[in-house]
Formats: sequence, structure tokens, C-alpha cells
Amino acid sequence: MAQWGMAVDLDRCTGCGACVTACHAENNISTVGDDQAARGRAKHWIRVERYWEGEYPDVRLKFRPVMCQQCNNAPCEPVCPTYASHHTEDGLNAQVYNRCIGTRYCANACPYNARFFDFFNPSWDKPLQLQLNPDVSLREVGVMEKCTFCVQRIKGATIQAKAESRPVRDGEIQPACAQSCPAQALVFGDLQDPESAVSRLTRSPRGEVLLEDLGTRPNVTYLERAQS
Amino acid sequence: MATASNVTHSHPSPERMSADLLRPLLQTSWRFYLLVALLGSIVAAGAVAWVTQMFFGFGISGIRWPIYWGFYVTNFVFWIGISHAGTLISAILRLVNAGWRRPVTRCAEVITAFALMIGAMFPIIHLGRPWLAFWLFPYSSERLIWPNFRSPLVWDFFAINTYLTGSMLFLLLPMIPDFAVVRDKTTGLRHRIYRTLALGWRGTPKQWHRLESAMSIMAVAIIPVAVSVHTIVSFDFSMAPVPMWQSTIFGPYFVAGAIFSGIAGLIIAMAVLRKVLRLQEYLLPLHFENLGKLLLVMALLWGYFVFNERLVTYYGNEPSEMTVFWQTQRDNYAPLYWTMVICNFVLPLIILGIRKFRTITGCVIASIGVVIGMWLERYLIIVPSLGHKYLPYSFGSYRPQPAEITITVATFAAMCLLYVLFAKVVPIISIWEMKAGDHPSPSLIPPATEHHKLGELHL
Repeated sequence: MAQWGMAVDLDRCTGCGACVTACHAENNISTVGDDQAARGRAKHWIRVERYWEGEYPDVRLKFRPVMCQQCNNAPCEPVCPTYASHHTEDGLNAQVYNRCIGTRYCANACPYNARFFDFFNPSWDKPLQLQLNPDVSLREVGVMEKCTFCVQRIKGATIQAKAESRPVRDGEIQPACAQSCPAQALVFGDLQDPESAVSRLTRSPRGEVLLEDLGTRPNVTYLERAQS
Repeated sequence: MATASNVTHSHPSPERMSADLLRPLLQTSWRFYLLVALLGSIVAAGAVAWVTQMFFGFGISGIRWPIYWGFYVTNFVFWIGISHAGTLISAILRLVNAGWRRPVTRCAEVITAFALMIGAMFPIIHLGRPWLAFWLFPYSSERLIWPNFRSPLVWDFFAINTYLTGSMLFLLLPMIPDFAVVRDKTTGLRHRIYRTLALGWRGTPKQWHRLESAMSIMAVAIIPVAVSVHTIVSFDFSMAPVPMWQSTIFGPYFVAGAIFSGIAGLIIAMAVLRKVLRLQEYLLPLHFENLGKLLLVMALLWGYFVFNERLVTYYGNEPSEMTVFWQTQRDNYAPLYWTMVICNFVLPLIILGIRKFRTITGCVIASIGVVIGMWLERYLIIVPSLGHKYLPYSFGSYRPQPAEITITVATFAAMCLLYVLFAKVVPIISIWEMKAGDHPSPSLIPPATEHHKLGELHL
């Protein structure tokens, strides 16, 4: 069974935001409008965090794309009273929208704030409602949603490979964010396969996981050259 | 026998006692209807707010990313805390057989029952999809999906249900003899209703003995339940890896805070009852004095817990915790924080620590401060921490919206309304316990109290 993971090369990330847009388009993430976005209701399964480092005038701008870290020891999972948030065999934190009753406990427990609540039934700024993805279910008001590593693409490619009686090839599955990244900063693949691109990057000495000391054991690794 | 007891303990004659304590049941003035209409309309406004929130979506509340818990969970913890007024205090006073408890116990136990009902509403009100709340119940479905027993929210479900059941029994048991008293004083439909409620009470020694046994069992059983309930409520926070939540002190800290706010709520309720129902001869300055001292002790205990929590955090100097720490200590939440400290610690210490100020008015002022302070405490545990979790990019702030404020106000009105209605149908001071305390006779006094003259101690 594969263990899906991602490597994010921060030295490559330009902060362009293509991943955010692609994610919205792929995963039918509803747009909430200016007012609601200002009130903290925007849902970005992946976001590009901007940080400034150093003192003026010696300032450096840093970007960090943050999505659900698909933790192996996820704080969101045990707190859910209905098993809406649970772990799959291939290492994903699955969110079962139909099972979610909206306690929002998972989002509070998530140290990365990677979970988003549906404050309203979904709607889109026109004409975005014309490009909905038929492979992704819509979420009704009152449930939590978050990055799935584009589970519909994972499933699609796995089924295709099974039909052709072959293993899934490395690089065959690309989540929308990785596919759209012009700098190829996001690399997705199977961590169980030691030869996959993501495994090799994860083993890189530049690698680190976000908030490692919390012990969440994420499947997302950030690559960054050591600070001078 | 009455002469043997302290002057402050001498109550009116048994006949006058029955007349005084049954008066609210038998006579109803226009003021009652006005009050019920007023409180009822506020509760109705709260219901409308909730329906509006379900209809339009949770977005009409102030909850936002990343502060997903706000007023509703604050109210939940607050009301579950208030519920510790009654059953726990009354159970402890019963166990140590404090004689002065007699006029106080029922006022306290009623607070427990109603505050728990109101508190237990909030986990449902705050759900994104409240119509699916029954998925928390452990019922066997054809899909074989059970609730997740690792989730503190499921523990809450069991703890609160146990406490609600226990405290209802604890409230209802000693009401049986009083229902019999009302039954004997009324006629018509009312007589038939109270006859049913009195469950065939005849006042035989055997019945008294069984009542007393049942009360002893419940008084012992309810204390660990009460302690566990608020510990489990504290686990909702301390089990999550959120800065300033993950704390080993939260269990006892929450229990102490709950009893603290509970006593304050009880003092306020007693003062209002005393004034409105003209119970000056029953709820004496002595009771306020004693409860005031208890409140003072709890204020000191609360101060100790807060000092402990803050000092350990400060000394540990963990960056994410220090962010929340300074938010409450000197940044955005500092005004609320220091208001809380004044209301919960400084004010009670001054008013209740100085004998001259420890009057009924003084106790009520201190109690109002404590109720406000304890509500703020819960708010300050929840909101600053959620707004300042680890990644600075995702910091946020929270502003309650009309829906949440209306529902919050409505719960206070609901508490008053339930209390008013209860005092209209049940004697708010236990008649038989008062009589038993003042005029012990073999037929009235069950064996347990006859032997324990601790009841004469003024604690």
C-alpha cells in the first residue's frame, strides 16, 4: 500500500499562487465573496504564507505553501466524535463530509490551521459555477473540508493502473497544486517507493517538517537551505 | 427543641411556615405574568436567532477561521460551571449535615438542573449541522458506526447525561414530601396533579427512612460525578495541542472555577428569591455570610490556580505559549483579562474578606462580579489561544455577531424563566426539611439526622 507524501521546495517557490488557484478549480472550493473573505470565511486548502525575515533594510521575503500536512499522528483524528476525520490505509487524513456534524474540534486541534468550515452552502462568483469538477463532491453548509491530496486523482490513477495490471508509475499522479506549479516546487508521490522523486527529496538534508516538535509526523516535507 | 438552637435559627411556627412557603404557589399576581412574558420573549428571540442561524448558515455568527469556537462554547463551559452550584454544594452540606443548609439546598439543586439543561444545549447550538446531533449517541445503526470513543466530545456526552440524570434525581427525591404538603392544601385539578407527583407519600416512618437512605446514596454518588463532569469539560481543551490549552492543571482548575461561579450564582438567586418572595425569615443573613465565606475560599483557590497556570507558562517560556500569554497579559485581550482578575479575585477578596462588607448586598455584588469574571475566564481560555496557534500567518481575531449575543442573553433569560416557573409550582424552600430542622420529632426526623447533632454547628 502506498504512502502518499509531498515535498515542498521552498527555495524554488516564487509565491505566485498558481497552486491556490488550481486547487480551487480542481476541488470545487466555493468562493465566498469579498465581504465573507474579509470576515475570515475564505477557504484555501493550500495557501501561500508570506513571512518577512530580518530587519530593514536587510529584509528577505519568504513564501511557504501550507496545505493539510496529512499527518501520520494527526491531532484532528482522535477528537472527531463521528469518525468524519479518519486515517486511510494509504496515509491520508480523510474527511468524510457526509459524516461530519460540524463540531469544528478537528480545526481547533489542527496546529497548521489547515481545515476550513463551510459557513454557507456553496456558491461561486460567476462564471466559475460553469467549471465545476464532476469528480469532487460539493460540501453543504456546516461541514469541515480540507486538502485531500486530490484523492480523486489518486483513486483515478490507481484504478487505471489496476485495470492495466501495472503499478502506479512515479509522477503519474499529480495533485492540482503540483501540476500547476511553474517552478516545480511541489513534488508528489509514494513515500514507500524509495526511488520515487518525493522519497529522494524527503531524504534531502535540506528537508524538515513543519512544527516537528508537536510530533504530528506529517507526510509533507519542506526543503530549505540552511540559514546562514 | 427550638429554644435550644441558636437565635438565628429560629423560624416561624410550622403553620406560618407552610403558609409562607406555599404562598407563591397559591397566589399569583400580575407581576408574575409580566415577568414570564418578558423573559419568555427574550427566550423566543434567542430561539429565532438560532433558527436564523440554521436557515442562513453559520456565517451569520462571528465564528471564523481560525477561531472556530467562540461565544457558544464559552456559554457551554460557563453554564456547566454554574450547574456545580447546586448539587455539589447541597450534597456536601448534606453530607457534613450542616444545619443551616436546609433553606438553601433546593434553590441550589434547581440551579443545577436548569443550568445543565441550558449548558447541554450549546454543544448542539454550536454544531454546523445540529440536525445530526444524534450521531453522538451510541446507538446501533445498520451501518455499524459508533461514536468515536476517543473523542472528548463523546466523553462530554456521557458525563453530562450522567450528571443531568443524577442531579434530577437529587432534586426530585426531597420534593416528594413537599408535593404531599401541596397536595393536602389544594383542591381540584391542582390537587390531582400534586397527588400524582407525591407518589403516594403518607409520611410513614418507613417512607421517611427510605427517602433518607436514597438521599444519602445520591449525596455520596453525585460528588464524584460533579467533579468528573467539569474535568471532562476541561479535557475538551487540554486534550488538543493548542497553546495554553494543553495544561495538566485544567481539570482541577475548571472544577474549582465551576464551584466558584456556582456559589456566586446561588447567592444571586437566593437574594432575588428573598426579596421577591418575601423570604426574609427563611433566607437569613447567616446563609449569605456562610456562602460568602465559601465564595471567599473559592476566590482564593481560583487565584492560586491562575497564578500557578500563568507562572508555569511564563517560566517555561515556550514561544507559542508566550504569544498567547502576552496577548492576554498586556496586548489585545489584556483589558478583558484584568477585568476578570478584578472581578474574580480583587473584588471578592475585598468585599468578602472584610467582615463589615460581608452583608447580603456585599455578597450579591461580589457574586455578580464573579459571574462576569468566570464568563470572561472561559472566553479568555478559548478565543486568544485559537487566534494565536503556532503559525503567525494564521493568527486571527474574533468579534461576536448579533446571533451569538442574542442567544447568549436568551440563555440568561431562560435560566430566570425556568427558575420563576419552578418557584411557581414547587416550594422553593423545602418545607419538610425546615420543619425537620426546627422541630425534630421521631416521626419527622429520620434516624440519620437524629444522631448527628453536627447539624447545630454553624459552619
